Amino acid sequence: MTAILPILITVFLASSVEAIEMVTIVVGLGATRGWRSTLLGAAAGFVVLAVIVAVFGLALSAIPIAPLRLVIGALLLVFGLQWLRKGVVRVAARGFAGMQVDTNQDTEVWTGKGVDWTAFVLSFKGVLLEGLEVAFIVVSVGATAGQLGPAVASGAAALLVVGAIGAVLSRLVARIPRSFLQLVVGLLLTTFGSFWATEGLGVSWPGGDVAILGLLALYLLTAVINIAVERRGAHRGRLTMNLSEVAR
Amino acid sequence: MTRVTSWLVGFGRFWYRFIIGDDWTVAASVAIGLMVTGLLNRGQFPVWVVMPLVVIVMLRVSVQRSNRTKGHVGASRTR
Repeated sequence: MTAILPILITVFLASSVEAIEMVTIVVGLGATRGWRSTLLGAAAGFVVLAVIVAVFGLALSAIPIAPLRLVIGALLLVFGLQWLRKGVVRVAARGFAGMQVDTNQDTEVWTGKGVDWTAFVLSFKGVLLEGLEVAFIVVSVGATAGQLGPAVASGAAALLVVGAIGAVLSRLVARIPRSFLQLVVGLLLTTFGSFWATEGLGVSWPGGDVAILGLLALYLLTAVINIAVERRGAHRGRLTMNLSEVAR
Repeated sequence: MTRVTSWLVGFGRFWYRFIIGDDWTVAASVAIGLMVTGLLNRGQFPVWVVMPLVVIVMLRVSVQRSNRTKGHVGASRTR
C-alpha cells in the first residue's frame, strides 16, 4: 500500500486540471448561451458519469493487483508523458500563462423557448469527457495504491473546490495557470506510472516507495532541462529571423 | 456508412485519442520499454533503470515532434 499523502495530492491536482477544463466549458457556455440548458446538460453528464464510475469501480475491484498495476501504470505513464510534454512546450513558450476559453464558436445567446440543445450537448459532452478523465485518475490511482476511498474523496474535493471557484469567480477560472498545473500533474503521473508499471512486472525498486521521490526529482530535472533547451531554441530562431531580415 | 458503423468508428476514435493521445510514439515506446523490462527481469541486470530512461528519451523526442508538427515553440496550443 502506497502512502496516503502523495495519493491525495496527485489525485487532487490531476482532478483539478480536468475540473478546470470542465468548469471552463460550463461557465463559458452558461455565460454565452444561457445557464438553464447548460446546467441541464451538465447535470445529465454527471448522471451518466456516476453510472459509468459505479460499473468501472466494481469491475476493477475483481482484478488482481500486479496486472492492475502494470496496465494502470502503463496508462498513467502514457497520459503523464503527454501532459508533461504539453506542460514543457507551453511553459517554454508562454511561461505560466492561463487558459483561455475558445469563445469563437456557438456564442449566440439562446432566445427561443424550451431547451437550447447546442448548450445542452456541449455542456453534457464537456462534463462527461472531462469527468471520465477524473474518474479514470481517481479509480486507477486509488485502486492501484490500495487507497480508493481517499482517492475518491480527493477527486470529489477537487471537483467541489474548482466548481465552487468557478461558480463564485467565473472570470478567475480562465486565469488559473494551467500550464503550471499540467507540468506538475504530468510529473506526478509519469512518476507513479513508471513506478507502478515496473512494480507490476515484479521488479523491485531500490529503497521501495522512497524511489518515488527519486523518480520525481529525476523527471523534474529532465523537464527543467527541456524547458531551458526549448527557450534557447526559440531565442536562436528569433535571432536567425532578425539577421535574415537585416541581410535583406 | 451505417449509423452503427459510424458510432463504432467514433467510439474507437474517442478511446484512441483518450489513451494514445496525439503522439503515438509515446505509447509505443512505453509498451516497448515495459516489454524490455519484463524480458531483462529474468537476468541480473538492474531493470528498474529501463523505464526512467524511456521517459527521459521520449520526453525529448516527443517535445521535438510536437515542435515539428506545430511550427516552433511559440505556436503551441494543444488540447
